[in-house]
Amino acid sequence: MTFFDYFANKKPTTASLAKERLQIIVAHERNLRNQPDYLPALQKEIMEVICRYVDVNVDDVDVQLDKNGNCSVLELNVTLPNTRN
Amino acid sequence: MITSGKGGVGKTTSSAAISSGLAMHGHKTAVIDFDIGLRNLDLIMNCERRVVYDFVNVINGEATLHQALIRDKRCDNLYILPASQTRDKDALTKEGVEKVLAELAADGFEFIICDSPAGIEHGAFMALYFADEAIVVANPEVSSVRDSDRILGILQSKSRRAENGERVAEHLLLSRYNAERVERGEMLGVEDVEEILATKLLGVIPECESVLKASNQGLPVIHDAQSRAGQAYKDAVARLLGNDVEQRFLTPEHKGFFQRLFRRSA
Ligand SMILES: Nc1ncnc2c1ncn2[C@@H]1O[C@H](COP(=O)(O)OP(=O)(O)OP(=O)(O)O)[C@@H](O)[C@H]1O
Ligand SMILES: [Mg+2]
Repeated sequence: MTFFDYFANKKPTTASLAKERLQIIVAHERNLRNQPDYLPALQKEIMEVICRYVDVNVDDVDVQLDKNGNCSVLELNVTLPNTRN
Repeated sequence: MITSGKGGVGKTTSSAAISSGLAMHGHKTAVIDFDIGLRNLDLIMNCERRVVYDFVNVINGEATLHQALIRDKRCDNLYILPASQTRDKDALTKEGVEKVLAELAADGFEFIICDSPAGIEHGAFMALYFADEAIVVANPEVSSVRDSDRILGILQSKSRRAENGERVAEHLLLSRYNAERVERGEMLGVEDVEEILATKLLGVIPECESVLKASNQGLPVIHDAQSRAGQAYKDAVARLLGNDVEQRFLTPEHKGFFQRLFRRSA
């Protein structure tokens, strides 16, 4: 830290940290609120189908519904275990 | 209705002040304590020794609304409906609450202020379900702001208005605001909270010693015309009634020239 930095006080304030954290968590929670009621069931069934073919954990499957303007995108991310082919 | 999600942020203080303010403007106003089992509004309004029947008695048909309503000693147009101290929250039913609200409306009450309990459980839900307008009280602090956002979500999805495809009008009341700490970057500022919650600001109530003094005496703080909190509530009530009143108390008070000079060079 230089002499000048000391006076410029570049460190973010705790209030700005609070704001940043709130913006992230509130956006996340709004997303969950707005998801359709069928999403958990859909996620569960997709999981079951995948498990029939590959040996994966619940944590390895991520199903998300994202709103992009007036269309929704169902995003499916599966982390497959290391397989030796 | 007055809500917050988080407890202890100033719902009851605000319910007492705002209902008194509306009555002082000449509107026939009722204020209902929905905090079943933990009533406090009676103390803040200084009518705790005049409680005979309560909200649950009226719902259960054990007393008439007229027997249970307590007339405020200071404002002619103000009536208090106290919460029950002995029952649990489930004593409130949708039908029962609806019946009481309808009877108050038929009786010529122009404003019915519902003081919600904390949380998002049954009691809070009963207080918000029939709301046309909601005043969300928040403190400039992370957990309160987050809970306010949750309550706003519930208002717009679970209330009767939401079920009918309408919106509950929302107002943000930011309370216990400390402009000095905001200036030092230690507390969320009013613009920050407005931006995060995307809700129209009704007013900012400063952190103020007068609130505790008012509750000690059972005198809603709006009657303390000298106090900053009292004045801030007066402004908020005027805005609720559609008047255009400029926001106050957003900057630190009496800051002398030397202090300002000092802060700037620090
Ligand atoms: N503007 C203010 N300045 C200073 N103290 C305040 C202010 N507003 C409220 N308080 C204090 O905060 C405490 C909680 O206030 P209050 O009872 O109104 O909150 P509440 O949201 O109704 O709480 P609960 O969730 O328990 O019902 C009280 O001690 C009150 O005196
Ligand atoms: Mg309360």
